[in-house]
Amino acid sequence: MATPLITADLVAVDLDATDKEAVVAVLADKLAAAGRVSDAAAFAADVKAREAQTATGMPGKIGLPHAKSAAVLAPSLAVATVPNGVDFGGPDGAATLVFLIAAPAEGANEHLQILAKLARKLVNPTFTGSLRDAGDAQSVSDIVNEAVA
Amino acid sequence: MKFVAVTSCPTGIAHTYMAAEALEQTGKAAGHEVVVETQGSIGSDPIDQAVIDAADGVIFAADLEVKGRERFAGKPTIDVGVKRAVHEPAKVVAEAVAAVESGVVTAPAAGAVSGGPGTKVDKNASTLTKVRQWLMTGVSYMIPFVAAGGILIALSFMLAQVAWGGAEGAIEVTKLDAATVFASFDPTSLQEWSVVLLKTGQLAFGFLVPVLSGFIAYAIADRPGLVPGFVGGAAAGFVGAGFLGGLVTGFAAGFLALWISRWKVPKGLRGVMPVVVIPLLSSFVIGILMLVVIGRPIASAMEGLSSWLTGLSGGSSVLLGLLLGAMMGFDLGGPVNKVAYAFAVTGLATEGLAADATQYKIMAAVMAAGMVAPLAMALATTVRKNLFTEIERENGKAAWLLGASFISEGAIPFAAADPWRVIVSSVVGSAVTGGITMAFGSTLVAPHGGIWVLPLIGNAFGFLVALVIGTLVTAAIVIVLKSMRDARAVAEEEVVDPIAATA
Repeated sequence: MATPLITADLVAVDLDATDKEAVVAVLADKLAAAGRVSDAAAFAADVKAREAQTATGMPGKIGLPHAKSAAVLAPSLAVATVPNGVDFGGPDGAATLVFLIAAPAEGANEHLQILAKLARKLVNPTFTGSLRDAGDAQSVSDIVNEAVA
Repeated sequence: MKFVAVTSCPTGIAHTYMAAEALEQTGKAAGHEVVVETQGSIGSDPIDQAVIDAADGVIFAADLEVKGRERFAGKPTIDVGVKRAVHEPAKVVAEAVAAVESGVVTAPAAGAVSGGPGTKVDKNASTLTKVRQWLMTGVSYMIPFVAAGGILIALSFMLAQVAWGGAEGAIEVTKLDAATVFASFDPTSLQEWSVVLLKTGQLAFGFLVPVLSGFIAYAIADRPGLVPGFVGGAAAGFVGAGFLGGLVTGFAAGFLALWISRWKVPKGLRGVMPVVVIPLLSSFVIGILMLVVIGRPIASAMEGLSSWLTGLSGGSSVLLGLLLGAMMGFDLGGPVNKVAYAFAVTGLATEGLAADATQYKIMAAVMAAGMVAPLAMALATTVRKNLFTEIERENGKAAWLLGASFISEGAIPFAAADPWRVIVSSVVGSAVTGGITMAFGSTLVAPHGGIWVLPLIGNAFGFLVALVIGTLVTAAIVIVLKSMRDARAVAEEEVVDPIAATA
């Protein structure tokens, strides 16, 4: 695939945020700055709408906001580590690792397959643990791209 | 043990696959084999029936209606939300093991008709979303009828041109009595073949409003909604209420059937409720509603409109063109559209008309205006794909041909799915076309035919210019209006496509 799912500038390490909206806003801005989302606010609104249907918090203190949105130009992942945690409604407390998945409203199958591959990885504690411990943005994006390659 | 599972979630990109992975891994760790069918936005890769047959139990971790549920019938089944499969896969697998051990085959949940047609309804959605999903269920079942019927009619016009050797073929073909033709069918006659195409297309069109109404009611009330929904739609067609009437009967029939199916009835009656009582009562009530309560005001309103139009014919011709155009674009084959069309066609029958008589100009304006909505929807789906659902885009392709053939019904699926945005834009653009056609003084002696009767149109260039301008206006307005709404709505409607699911 031409564009990798994630690059270092889509990673926020040790983000200081108090609620999930703030985390989503930071990551959405990163996606917009990278030219992967046409309108950060519109995309954040779509994410919020999905979040309102059911919370996306997962076991392992992981938040997984995501949306299919017309504002998305290229399927992408943005990651934040939030040491203080923000509540995504997960079963074991505030999320310290947040994945924001951006899927285009209509996308080629291969793109969606990559996102599906990523989703499968996210239930693997070894994978999420390695991201948590990666420490810097470049390693995070390398680990993800390698995992879905 | 061996399990088969289905996972799905509203967005279809994350939880569907996480749940699949979690179930597979957890199952493996506990010494079971779990084969998962992910029904996500990539579509699904159905599990081999042999694998299903060999499975001991079934896990549905699905937030959407399981596609092809009947394939799993007769096996011990647990039905958990997708979230539980992600959060506590071990518990879910343990429950599945327990279900197999107890050997209980759970009956399909009330309402979930196994093997029935799919719907777009997500049970957890908000009321507004649900209303849209009910609508979209009706629309998506109607679209193939629009496409099949419309294209058959257009093909009939084309063949008739060849058969009669000229543009008047499109007129002649509708004058033949179909029953007489079929009674002594001559397979070598192209003219008679074009009648076959026309009649078949018209029969398919006869289902538009009943299918729309029937499947809206089905989405709301499940199987009990089908009969009153179809009957109500047919009644709406009979009283000339068009697709707007069909929307009314669809919702009315759905809620009525849902309400009746929740009555607490004595045990002895329970068996005949779905087969006799619900269809009987609900059809009767919907029949009264449409034929008696709504039918009469529609008829008298149509009468009032007609005489009002007749009174206007002395005035400004451009204004009359604007008004007739607006009426044509308003309900696309419904009562208002019919009044405008009948007004024009009746005028044609006037004796001793000059070649540039107002009556012929009115006919040209009405036909041009009636072509605008489907052409504009076709254009809008082409230039702004992301504002429309997949199935709407497909329908948009057929709408080119339907619009060109003056089959306004080509736009009904768009109008039924999103009434006010589509109707507003259609009314404005059709009025513009009607007004401009009158201003150019184009004339038409034929009651229908679209571009197939172009040689019969006086000042055909003016006619085409007016048509293009109105089409651009309607397409521009609908694009602006649709862009202003939440892009999310389209994505939600895309979630489950019953046509693709059953295909």
